[in-house]
Amino acid sequence: MSDISVDTSKRRFLVALSSAAGGIAAVGAAIPLIGSMMPSARALAAGAPVEVDLSKVEPGMILTVEWRGKPVWIVNRTPEMLALLGKHDDKLTDSASETTSQQPEYCKNPTRSIKPQFLVAVGICTHLGCSPTYRKEVAPADLGPDWAGGFFCPCHGSRFDLAARVFNGSPAPTNLVIPPHKYMSDAKLLIGEDQAA
Amino acid sequence: MEKVLNWIDARFPLTASYKAHLSEYFAPKNFNFWYYFGSLALLVLVIQIVTGIFLTMHYKPDAGMAFASVEYIMRDVPFGWLMRYAHSTGASAFFIVVYLHMFRGLLYGSYRQPRELIWLFGVLIYLVLMGEAFMGYLLPWGQMSYWGAQVIINLFAAVPFIGEDLSTLIRGDFVVGDATLNRFFALHVIALPLVLLGLIAAHLVALHEVGSNNPDGVEIKKLKDPETHQPLDGIPFHPYYTVKDILGVVVFLIVFSAIMFFAPEMGGYFLEANNFIPADPFKTPEHIAPVWYFTPYYAILRAVPPMFGSQFPGVALMGVAVLIFFALPWLDRSPVKSIRYRGPKFKIALGLFVVAFVGLGILGILPSTPLYTLIAQILSVVYFAFFFLMPWYTKNDTTKPVPERVTSK
Amino acid sequence: MKSTCAQTMKKFLFLAFALPTAALASSAMHLDTAPINLNDQESLQRGAGVFVNYCLNCHSAGYMRYSRMTDIGLSEAQIKDNLLFATDKPGNLMTVAMRGKDAKEWFGAAPPDLSVITRSRGADWVYTYLRSFYRDDSRTTGWNNRVFDKVGMPHVLQELQGHLAPVYHAEQGEDGKTHQVLDHLQLVKPGKLTLAEYDALTADLVNYLAWVGEPAKGQRMTTGLLVVLFLSLFFVAAFYLKKEFWKDVH
Repeated sequence: MSDISVDTSKRRFLVALSSAAGGIAAVGAAIPLIGSMMPSARALAAGAPVEVDLSKVEPGMILTVEWRGKPVWIVNRTPEMLALLGKHDDKLTDSASETTSQQPEYCKNPTRSIKPQFLVAVGICTHLGCSPTYRKEVAPADLGPDWAGGFFCPCHGSRFDLAARVFNGSPAPTNLVIPPHKYMSDAKLLIGEDQAA
Repeated sequence: MEKVLNWIDARFPLTASYKAHLSEYFAPKNFNFWYYFGSLALLVLVIQIVTGIFLTMHYKPDAGMAFASVEYIMRDVPFGWLMRYAHSTGASAFFIVVYLHMFRGLLYGSYRQPRELIWLFGVLIYLVLMGEAFMGYLLPWGQMSYWGAQVIINLFAAVPFIGEDLSTLIRGDFVVGDATLNRFFALHVIALPLVLLGLIAAHLVALHEVGSNNPDGVEIKKLKDPETHQPLDGIPFHPYYTVKDILGVVVFLIVFSAIMFFAPEMGGYFLEANNFIPADPFKTPEHIAPVWYFTPYYAILRAVPPMFGSQFPGVALMGVAVLIFFALPWLDRSPVKSIRYRGPKFKIALGLFVVAFVGLGILGILPSTPLYTLIAQILSVVYFAFFFLMPWYTKNDTTKPVPERVTSK
Repeated sequence: MKSTCAQTMKKFLFLAFALPTAALASSAMHLDTAPINLNDQESLQRGAGVFVNYCLNCHSAGYMRYSRMTDIGLSEAQIKDNLLFATDKPGNLMTVAMRGKDAKEWFGAAPPDLSVITRSRGADWVYTYLRSFYRDDSRTTGWNNRVFDKVGMPHVLQELQGHLAPVYHAEQGEDGKTHQVLDHLQLVKPGKLTLAEYDALTADLVNYLAWVGEPAKGQRMTTGLLVVLFLSLFFVAAFYLKKEFWKDVH
């Protein structure tokens, strides 16, 4: 059977060529299969930018809207609340918002917002994904005399201030996420789309 | 590398299996065109399972949502249309490949001693495949899905005494409904595929135990090289038949892709126009026919008139038409296996059988008229005559002597 | 042996597929061929306009999202400004406000969803249907249709097409009696468009519906071309691979 001379280099070349083609075919088949697991047009439509009418948010109050299935808070911060924000920087993990993944560039400022008055933040704790509660009162009995208003996560006790920055000693590693957003007019906010640079 | 292999081989027969089933599995060297369809059936099985897994991620087995979820897959899911068409084309491709694979068995007597069990497992695979296709066809919840299922399930109602209860049990309701859809989904995506995989494993184990038949019907194990103890007419499956099957696979994929991408509806035979209308329990489409791969049996069913006020004779005959394949190894009394050495009687019988099978398939698609019914009746007789007269015409045929060694083409 | 097998195969496939197609085609009634061209984006866009203005009041295309129309060359802003109701979002499905129950009372049957109408009825049927309404006072709507007898739908596009009336001719039936058979339709009251313009408008609409029936068709064709091209190259490699190894076998 194998007494005739065999051109091994030709065989090797053809095996390599066919293997390569087979490899491409396998990758080509994998692309649509894996691709089909990405968000569908329905998920993308549900995750479309959300418009918010800010006139409905009274000073000191919070409005929660849904964007991509997640709760997004809009807090109308009073001047008193804003005044308290700068007074505990030493107790914060990331007071200057150095972690770039947690907010857009235009919100890397002391109030973590475009307009100081309105905080827009994704209400999902950066620890394990619970939704913290809004606790605006100052020094309540259960949170201690140092509490200057903020968010408290009921699951594992993470504490955030009114700029959604995490306090030292919380299980949460980073500040809450500020989603991309922009103002379409003074009273109209669009969540899910970056403001023009 | 070798260390790893040794480590594994001490715990698992990896090298031994590779040798037993690939590099030292000796297959006859004279396989022809017809021997591609076994490996192609395996390929289609893989296509169906893989695309099926990804389709179930998006499909909803709920009477209120099923139709919409299929359109959702076709429009909103990235590449969803591709998976759906691959699966629907694959269903028809499966039957084309399996019918040709079975026909190969008829041509070369692959069901004959000592391969009876391979054949029996094969017929079981065919039966499960029919169930799988039938249940899968309900899932898009279109008009053809609905009324096809309605008609087929009602066939069971024709069984004497227990029929009504039996069909109600299958449906889980008094008509085809949400319960039916939900259970067909369960059976289609998990129960029958598991059975199918088991049967295919058994089919292959049995094949590798006795070795492959070939177009000459010669047993290659009879003549072995006195030194190497390898069959003189055998060649190792790997690399020779792996490279040959790769060629077959590529050609098949070209045809498959051409249909899937350029004509997925295949003129209404792979995807029927009426199935783009959501299921409506109050309105039967004007002309309903099963999908093409069931039509030969459907034609036999329609060819039998009701007797004693019951549809049962037709249903029973249809069942016999499928189950008769099990008896084939014992019906064939010819001294030779392959058609190459058989006499004219078998050749004529097989030719008539093919005409009957294809003819019945065509008639099953067409609306019935008195003329067509008459033709269907004649072809049904031919169909059964092929099997029931086989002991006689195979025994009395003038066969040619079978050579010792396989012949080259 | 090999070539004859291949020929048998071909004949077998021909018998299995070609014959019944021919048999089925002959039994269908005559339909005009819809001039479908899914690459004509302007036609598709005009069709989208007609669909939204005339059809979408009663018929949904409930599996289709408005935003998909970016595939036929419209921008999201164009879709929002021209084709959407103020309260809708581009990502919404093209559903309809009319409730199925009301519709059933008004028309006798709920207007079907049109997402896949060209796939169930065929584009030619839809094209012929839209051009075959005629006056029939015996119907409550005052309209009947040549390809859909006793249809529940009124002629929504009558202001564009105008009114057609049936012209009959006498024919000897099998029973020996003469029957009045509908011969053709005649324009009795012109609409805003000439008949040629109306044909063009319905052609755009049906083109659009054909696109809606399978919006991924374009992607399907281009992907298919690439796949088949690649497989043809693979075939060359596999062919020589097999040939090289089978040199050993005598």
